[in-house]
Amino acid sequence: MIPLEYYLIVSAALFSLGLYGLLTRKNAINVLMSVELIFNAANINLVAFSRFVGGNLEGQVFALFVIAIAACEAAVALAIVMSLFRHLKSVSLEGASALKG
Amino acid sequence: MESLAPRILFWFFAALMLGSALIVVHGRNLVHSAFALLATFFSAAVFYAFLGADFLAGAQVLIYVGGILILLLFGVMLTNRIFDVNLRTETFQVAPSALVAAGVFGMLTLLILKTPWRQVSLVEEGPTTEKIGSLLVTTYLLPFEIASVLLLVALLGAAMLVRRRSDL
Repeated sequence: MIPLEYYLIVSAALFSLGLYGLLTRKNAINVLMSVELIFNAANINLVAFSRFVGGNLEGQVFALFVIAIAACEAAVALAIVMSLFRHLKSVSLEGASALKG
Repeated sequence: MESLAPRILFWFFAALMLGSALIVVHGRNLVHSAFALLATFFSAAVFYAFLGADFLAGAQVLIYVGGILILLLFGVMLTNRIFDVNLRTETFQVAPSALVAAGVFGMLTLLILKTPWRQVSLVEEGPTTEKIGSLLVTTYLLPFEIASVLLLVALLGAAMLVRRRSDL
């Protein structure tokens, strides 16, 4: 059986990659993709802890809720990106510096 | 000595996941990034299957690959000119971000290796769908209902946000 630490390290690497993308990307959709990477890293952690530390299914239920919230987040964030694109004719985050539309 | 096959599979999918995640965050082409994200999500589903979470692996494929990824691709297609073959995307402040990400990874790894995890030895195997289902309507009934309301609100909010001004 694969030990717990391996899962945690792979998920930490995935989290760091997501963080890197979050900080470097200019395109709003790419930033969203990086956020999804971070969600997946957190989910792998939850499921790994659910199996190795908790020994029950609580972590899996939590991960299921995270997936549901991620779907909400993607839908609303993409709607915001759409209206941003309609206003600015681009999805570059550098242009989006004002809250007022 | 346990068999080697699970270990090889684990590291293969770990490499696939991290390699495609690297393309997602560092690729030049937006559509390439979206398809690399597909490989990342699938590898995460394989990890769930490794961890005995069969229902979650199915949900991951259904919701992430079938829902969120398609949504992101729609976003790519609607916010860029489709006939523009190379949808370029830029990066900036690469060096400090790489430093921060590497620092976070180093600290997390140190933390993971130093911590004495209190592991349980007995793990019940078998399908999890029925147990998760009964947990959702007993212990986690309130979060379940709140999640459904949240989904409804997100649906209405997203529809309202993308509506054109003339429809008001």
